[in-house]
Amino acid sequence: MSIKRREQADIIFRKIFQATGFITIALLAGIFIMLLYNSIAFFVEVKPIDFFTGSQWDPGSMKGDYSIAPLLVSTGLVTLGAMLITVPLGIFTAAFLSEIAHPKLKSILKPIIEMLAAIPSVAIGFLGIVLVGPWIADIFGIQNGLNAINGSILLAVMALPTIITISEDAINAVPLSHREASMALGASKWETIFKVTIPASMPGLIAAVMLGLGRVLGETMTVLMATGNAAKMPSGFLDSVRTITATIAIEMGEVPYQTTHYFALFAIAVILFLITLSINLLGEYFSNRLRRFHA
Amino acid sequence: MNLFFGKKQVLKNINIDFPRNQVTSLIGPSGCGKSTLLRSFNRMHDLSPDAKIDGSLKIDDLDIYSKENSVTTLRKKIGMVFQKPNPLPKSIYENLSYGLNIHRFPKNEIPDLIEKALKESYLWDEVKDELKKPAVKLSGGQQQRLCIARTVVLRPEVILMDEPCSALDPISTNKIEELILSLKQNYTIVIVTHNMQQAQRISDKVAFMYLGQLIEHDNCENIFKHPAKDLTRNYVNGHFG
Repeated sequence: MSIKRREQADIIFRKIFQATGFITIALLAGIFIMLLYNSIAFFVEVKPIDFFTGSQWDPGSMKGDYSIAPLLVSTGLVTLGAMLITVPLGIFTAAFLSEIAHPKLKSILKPIIEMLAAIPSVAIGFLGIVLVGPWIADIFGIQNGLNAINGSILLAVMALPTIITISEDAINAVPLSHREASMALGASKWETIFKVTIPASMPGLIAAVMLGLGRVLGETMTVLMATGNAAKMPSGFLDSVRTITATIAIEMGEVPYQTTHYFALFAIAVILFLITLSINLLGEYFSNRLRRFHA
Repeated sequence: MNLFFGKKQVLKNINIDFPRNQVTSLIGPSGCGKSTLLRSFNRMHDLSPDAKIDGSLKIDDLDIYSKENSVTTLRKKIGMVFQKPNPLPKSIYENLSYGLNIHRFPKNEIPDLIEKALKESYLWDEVKDELKKPAVKLSGGQQQRLCIARTVVLRPEVILMDEPCSALDPISTNKIEELILSLKQNYTIVIVTHNMQQAQRISDKVAFMYLGQLIEHDNCENIFKHPAKDLTRNYVNGHFG
C-alpha cells in the first residue's frame, strides 16, 4: 500500500472514531434535554414548591396531587437499606476472595457470584413475592411482607455481583509490595487487610459502590413487584412504598399523552437522573482525593 | 539451615552468624539465594505455602521459627527494607505511625519517636514541614530513607536490607550508605547487594554465595583482597556473574 493510501486510511479511521464518540455523547445529551424539556412543561402547571414539599402523589384526585416527596422517601429508604446490606457484604466477600480464599475455592466461587448478575430482575421480584415477603411478614408479625425492607433485600442481592467483582479486582490490584511492607513491620494478616490493603484499594471500592448504587437506584421491575406499591409517605422500612422508577413504569403506560400527569412523570425522571449524576460526581471527587496517595 | 521451595532446594547447608553492630553484606550472582536467605530471617517465606525450612535460625538465643514466638513480635525485632522503596499509600507521618500503632506504643510518645527516627534517617530536615504529604510524592531516595525510618522507629535489633540502593541514583545511594554506617552503631545490619564497591565501602563482613551455597564468609578486606577460594576471587574481580 502506498504511503498516501495509508495516510488516507488514518484520516478516515480518525473520523469514524470521532463520529462514534460524538454519537454517544449526543445520545446522552439528547435524553437529558428531552427529559428536561418535558418537565419544564410540568413546572409551568405545578409550582416547584408544591412538587417538592407536598406529601401526596395522587394524580387521579380531583385537584391532582403531584408531590415527589413520598416517592423520593420511598426510593431513599429502599436504596439506603439495600446499600447497608450490600456494601459490607460485598466488600468483605471481595476481601475474602482476594486475600484469604484458597485459589481453588476462588476459581469456583467467582463464576458463581458473577452468574448472580445474570438472573433476570423479574425472577428476583418473583422470589420477593413468594419467598422473602411471607418470611418478612412472619418475622415481624405483620400482615403484608411487600414493603421497603423486602425491596432492600432483593436489591442488595442484585447489586452484590457488581460490587464483589469490581471490589475484588481493586483489592487484587493492590501491589504485593504494600502487603510486604505491612507484614515486615510486624502487622498480622488482619491488620494488613484492614489497615493497608482495603484502604489502598479505596478508589476502586468507591467505584464499585457507585456502580452498585446505580443498579439499586435504577432498578424497576423488582421493586415494582416486591415493595407493595403504595404511593404514600412511608414511616419506616416495614411500610409499603413506591419508588420513582416503579411509579414511572406503572403510570407511563396508561397516562394520556401530554397531560400534566404525563409531564409529571418526566419531572420525577429528571430528579432521579440528577440524583444519580450528583452521587456519581461525589464518588469521583472522593476517589480522586484518595488517589493522591498512590504512585 | 536448608530451604526448599516445593521439591527444589534453594539454600543448601547454610551456616552463618552475624556479629552484633556490624554490617554484613551478602554478595553473589543473581539467583544464588541471597534474597531468599535474607527473607528467611524475618519469616517472609511464611507467605508462600510451598516454602519449607529445616535447621535452626536464632536471634540471641531465641529460635526464629519456634512455634511459641509470634511472627509479629519477631518482625518488630528484625526489620526489613526492600529493593524497591515501598511506602504505604498513606502520608509520611502515617507511614511511621503505622508500625507504632500496630505494636501499641503509647499514643503520647508517638510524635517524638517519629521525629527521632526521621532525624536518624537523615530525612527530618527535608520533610518536617510536610509530614501530612502523601509519601509517594517524595523522591525515590527519600522514599527509601522513609522506609528505613519506618523500620528504625520500631527500634529493632537487626535490619535486613535487600538491595536497598538498586533503584536509586548515585547521590541517593551515597546518602543511604552514610545512613547505614551511622545506623550500625545501634543495629546489626545484613544487606544484600550486587554492587562490589558498595560492599567494600560499607561492610565489616562479607558472605559470598553461589548456587544456594555459602562459599566464603570473612572480613571484608579478606574477601576482596585475599579470598580463600578461587570462585570468590573470580567473582569479586568481575570474571563472572
